[in-house]
Amino acid sequence: MNRWLPFEWITAVRFLREGRLQTLFIIGGIAIGVGVIVFMSAMLAGLEANFIKRVLTSQPQIQLLAPDQIARPLRVGAGEYEDARVQRPSQRVISIDQWPKIRTQMLAMPEVTAVAPTMSGSALAVRGDASRAITLSGVEPESYFKIVKVPDYVVAGEPRLTSEDIIIGIELAKDLGATVGDKLNIQAATGANRVLTISGLVDLGNKGVNQRSTFVALRTAQSLLGMIGGVTTIDMTVRDIYAAEEIAQRIQAANAVEADSWIKTNAQFFTAVRAQETSNTLIRLFVALSVAFGIAAVLIVSVIQRSKEIGILRAMGTSRGQILRVFLLQGGLLGFVGSLFGAAMGAFALVYWHSVARQADGSELFPLILERRLFVLTALLATLTGLLAATAPAVRAAKLDPVVAIRG
Amino acid sequence: MAEEILRLEKVCKAYNIGQPSEVEVLHDIDLRLEHGEFLALMGPSGSGKSTLLNIVGLLDRPTSGRLTIKGQDTATLGDTQITHLRGHTIGFVFQYHLLISAFTARENVMMPMLVDRGFPSAEIEKRATDLLVQVGLEKFANNLATNMSGGQQQRVAVARALAMNPDLVLADEPTGNLDTKSANGVFELMRQVNRNSGTSFLLVTHNLDLARRCDRIIEVVDGRIQP
Repeated sequence: MNRWLPFEWITAVRFLREGRLQTLFIIGGIAIGVGVIVFMSAMLAGLEANFIKRVLTSQPQIQLLAPDQIARPLRVGAGEYEDARVQRPSQRVISIDQWPKIRTQMLAMPEVTAVAPTMSGSALAVRGDASRAITLSGVEPESYFKIVKVPDYVVAGEPRLTSEDIIIGIELAKDLGATVGDKLNIQAATGANRVLTISGLVDLGNKGVNQRSTFVALRTAQSLLGMIGGVTTIDMTVRDIYAAEEIAQRIQAANAVEADSWIKTNAQFFTAVRAQETSNTLIRLFVALSVAFGIAAVLIVSVIQRSKEIGILRAMGTSRGQILRVFLLQGGLLGFVGSLFGAAMGAFALVYWHSVARQADGSELFPLILERRLFVLTALLATLTGLLAATAPAVRAAKLDPVVAIRG
Repeated sequence: MAEEILRLEKVCKAYNIGQPSEVEVLHDIDLRLEHGEFLALMGPSGSGKSTLLNIVGLLDRPTSGRLTIKGQDTATLGDTQITHLRGHTIGFVFQYHLLISAFTARENVMMPMLVDRGFPSAEIEKRATDLLVQVGLEKFANNLATNMSGGQQQRVAVARALAMNPDLVLADEPTGNLDTKSANGVFELMRQVNRNSGTSFLLVTHNLDLARRCDRIIEVVDGRIQP
């Protein structure tokens, strides 16, 4: 007997060891359950991280825009009514009013991690006989690249944006027959034009986007689009991506801007992420429940099988509390040991599936995320489930009348 | 005058009280057991011997009457105190030896001490080994209970009953399941412990030969002690 272990531990371990086959089967059951939870949680976390990475590193989490221009009737005052049809005016590209002040305010918010003013508009990219309509995005690289990870998407050249540089999508480059180092003539609707050098080609993961996207320095865009000193949007990232909509609403209420969060602009994707999380939680819950019922069933059988021994233990002075702890410990131990095997099984299945499941282009379907936190949490949860599942059998054992128990 | 270990005064035990199936198993039992006494309790099956033993062993409570152990009225004790008194004062030997199958012979003998102290120790292990020597089973100390004969298991059960150095050992037909030779051996072992250490014994038996070798015989018939 191990001298460091108390009576309850020694007895619980011996009871489990003696019921070898029973113990092995239930540990196998728990391990499968825990393995499924680990595998699904890690895989879904990977898929979600992949989705979020793709969506949120190619667009801002919150975007501030100048409010819509609305037409107001001229003679509407108290007690005056005018039967008029107010026509929605066409929206001019205008700058956000007092944007440097708003940017400073945004930077002071603890929830906000990065703020970048941008100037966007339409233009025409011309090279030789070829011309294409483009979306010209004027950005400050040092702040904007923290929000949209343009450098991560560069497939040729470098993410350099001096006043003479332009980064373009790979499809646009193909259409114009241009590559890194070539010159492009950018013509804006205002009539202004500049010749810029292609410093990099980017693949933003969407053909349409790659056909239109171009990035230039903020000042270059301002001068081309005829809005010196102005910005059309302020892009932002926040610490908690799921709080983006709530933060956006607060910003909109406090400033003369329209604030759109990624949740609003990607409503379908967001719903899909939430649905995936809900189904994952439900699967985990049902697996945990079936594991708990398995443990409880095995321990109830054990209590029945050992009722005479429980009676003998009570006769020799074992308290009800000690008996209760012996069976609670068995539940906890089953949960813990099962979770260790289950975590190993889940991790192995995940590594295997990660190596087998590939996307159409051969890249990984999901990043392999094996966080220590997931394993520790699963082990804790399985142990707790074991303890909870053992409560009913343990109470039953503790309540056994020794006379009845010994008689059998 | 010898020290009184046990006293029962007008002890009754009824089951299913207040129901049509109410049955009184023990009626006005008066019994006294002194230190070092070896008492045989006889009677036909269903006469209430085992019920009486359960009450004396604090596994069950009387419906009425008074049970005193070493001068302490047990009616005033709560569940925890009863468990403590039982563990420290009384040892049990049952007919079907009832060793805990997951443990070896030595560990079974250690068990009452382990329950009491919480942790194993060299002292507990030594006491268990000494008791196994006393019952002649030192060679089987590391055998699992299931790997021993009935007689050997019953000897281990006697050693276990003596582990806490109890004042009283209650033996419920300890030889009922053994052949004559083994039964004789187990009885002699208990008698020897009784003579050497002064532990009192209350032995339930159907074996008249064994009963005659006890200090006193008490007969229970229909829940009453025969005069």
